[in-house]
Amino acid sequence: MYIPDALDPIAAMTENLPDVLLDRHEFRGEITLIVAPANVVTAVRFLETTKGLVYNYLSDISAVDYFDLKLGYGDYGARPERFAVSYHLFSMLYGRRIRVKTYVNEDSPIVPTMTGVWAAANWLEREIFDMMGIRFEGHQNMRRVLMPEDWEGNPHRRDYPLGYETVMFSFNVDDINKHKPYAEE
Amino acid sequence: MATMATKGPNLSLDIPVETEQALGQKQTWEGSLEELRGLVSDRALTGETMLLNLGPHHPSTHGVLRLLLELDGEEIITCLPDVGYLHTGIEKNIESKSYEKAVTLTDRIDYLAPMSNNAVFCMAIEKLGDIDVPERAQVIRVICLELTRLNSHLVWLGTHALDLGAMSVFLYCFREREMILDMFEMLSGQRMMGSYMRPGGLWRDLTPDFLPALEKFMDYFPRKVDDYEKLLTNNPIWRDRTEGIGVVEPDEAIALGLSGPTLRGSGVNFDIRKANPYLGYENYEFDVPLGEHGDVYDRFYIRILEMRQSVRIINQAIKRLPQASGSFRTENRKFTPPPRAELGRSMEAVIHHFKLWTEGFSLPDDEVYVAIESPRGEVGCYLHGTGGNKARRVHFKTPSFMHISALGKMSQGHMIADLVAIVGSIDCVLGDSDR
Amino acid sequence: MGVVSSKLGDLGVVTTTLDTAVNWARNGAMWPLLFGLACCAIEMMSTQASNYDLSRFGMELNRASPRQSDLIIVAGRVTRKMAPVIRQLYDQMAAPRYVIAMGDCASCGGVYNNYAVVQGVDEIVPVDVYVAGCPPRPEQLIHGILMLQEKIKGERLKDWVVEGAR
Repeated sequence: MYIPDALDPIAAMTENLPDVLLDRHEFRGEITLIVAPANVVTAVRFLETTKGLVYNYLSDISAVDYFDLKLGYGDYGARPERFAVSYHLFSMLYGRRIRVKTYVNEDSPIVPTMTGVWAAANWLEREIFDMMGIRFEGHQNMRRVLMPEDWEGNPHRRDYPLGYETVMFSFNVDDINKHKPYAEE
Repeated sequence: MATMATKGPNLSLDIPVETEQALGQKQTWEGSLEELRGLVSDRALTGETMLLNLGPHHPSTHGVLRLLLELDGEEIITCLPDVGYLHTGIEKNIESKSYEKAVTLTDRIDYLAPMSNNAVFCMAIEKLGDIDVPERAQVIRVICLELTRLNSHLVWLGTHALDLGAMSVFLYCFREREMILDMFEMLSGQRMMGSYMRPGGLWRDLTPDFLPALEKFMDYFPRKVDDYEKLLTNNPIWRDRTEGIGVVEPDEAIALGLSGPTLRGSGVNFDIRKANPYLGYENYEFDVPLGEHGDVYDRFYIRILEMRQSVRIINQAIKRLPQASGSFRTENRKFTPPPRAELGRSMEAVIHHFKLWTEGFSLPDDEVYVAIESPRGEVGCYLHGTGGNKARRVHFKTPSFMHISALGKMSQGHMIADLVAIVGSIDCVLGDSDR
Repeated sequence: MGVVSSKLGDLGVVTTTLDTAVNWARNGAMWPLLFGLACCAIEMMSTQASNYDLSRFGMELNRASPRQSDLIIVAGRVTRKMAPVIRQLYDQMAAPRYVIAMGDCASCGGVYNNYAVVQGVDEIVPVDVYVAGCPPRPEQLIHGILMLQEKIKGERLKDWVVEGAR
């Protein structure tokens, strides 16, 4: 069976879709392609279908919140926006990985859905909607998956509190026991 | 005459009012059938088919998994999994701890294969911080990972067989598992959640009693796999219950994001140990069993063969161990605490010790993604550092999450008893799925 | 305290108190509810398997239905989504019913001090015995069960009577 040679993804993308690729980043042997949210599906379809690239397996979709308590809202250091969604792809034919990253605006966090390309994106996007509050446009079942249905808030955001309880030591055990709702019966 | 009234059996299904107030949440599902429009077929909304809740507490689901089934008689039309009953917020907890302290939390994500989660997190830290792991640590990590694979497959086999009615296999598997847990106890002091792998290598070197016990187990175990095969592989009841059930085509399997034995059952040759080798796996000789039909029986048989291949890998690793260079953890004192004897001699060692024990080491403000082959499939860790001692974002891609989301597709047209076989064959662990 | 007050060997008759007899019956075959949540459930399964056998305490039969069980071993972390389910199961159990909180997560929230985990299952159901450990070794769980059996031996039938009904 004839297997075409592996192409360089950055070169292939700059050649064929020059206005889609905004930036690229290489770190520790990993390649990251940065695109705008509206072009994410185009970029991923190109990577999946081009001979020589064939990134046909969706490993993971992850989201980051660049909010920092010291800097406050609006200032995200070196990053252009508050949220970023990364699609990790794997090529089974050539055995290599690539990441497609897009920065998402805080005020209207909407990204087109990847469920048309792979059905695996279904629950991964639901989890990001649940935990980060980023909506995926075109997803048929945009509901919470891990938290209860009526939960308010997005736990993995950096401004959401961890929600911990004061640790009980012998000096404060009485104070805590006054407020802790023990079940009597 | 006084009568003795006892707190007799509570036969009503009402929740007492005090409970509702105590819990502060609504107890009954006040939703309507309209919420399910689009998820279940229209026949359910008219009442033609029955909606059955295979609730979070059920003897056959492995952990707290809730399945909403739409049934036409006994045949499943739609299956909607509902997870989240074990969501522990481990990722957010890790983001609030320094890296070395967070390793103990990663054990508990996939609690049947604790060392694989440890390994993927430590490997992500090592990649982000550019820490090199000595060869001896790599070989011991391979031994631990393969023992973990045996451990997990034994529990899988025991519970899968138990669900389908073969009770004695459960007892035999747990008997072998006790020997593996004894070995884990020799390594890390704990039977299950050892946190034996640390960023840079391992917690401590092998104790003198580990290798003899391991070699004895490697002699003893292959005969036991033969026993399990004698009981199940050609058993007509087993074959009837598992052949042709839960078939997934290869293209569909890749699109659904399956990995590990569930994917290889459909014939797709994707094993990260071969495709993207790590920890020196390219130096070991082993086969990757593949299935043909993509049904429950193929996934079962692949895992039995994988147990045999793991024994092969461990035997090779034991032979490599004497020649492996280096110690059990990297010598880079920025990441590894110095041994106590050095503290009395060197001021630098004291400074390193102080820095590591109070604040912990720092990693750059960038992201990495590392994936390894856990017994369930591809477990991946996405780590984004801050430049400080805590992570900005840790995300684990866990195989059980993807497999449970594929249950809807796999179980269409089957009966409830087959659903039990399918849930067993995807080897889901709810801690892995919900984190 | 002697269980048996007097035993007439050749007649096969034993005299004892009603409390002792009832408690002995309750101790001898407590059927646990098949309820394992997370990692502690695996150790509970190990305890029930052949190496550390739980059937010598009469507990080999795990009932799936709460109506048919006496003991619920809450093994594993209890999340906020799961809390109403546990309460509903506990309410459906018939008295006398006992609860063992197995592991650190069920006793006090364990390693997880965050938004998702209930800090101790005693916020939801009243617990009789707490077994510490993460996960507790099978010997520790057996120690917890024996402690529960000691507790049951000390119970009196009068405790089960509703106040004011005398």
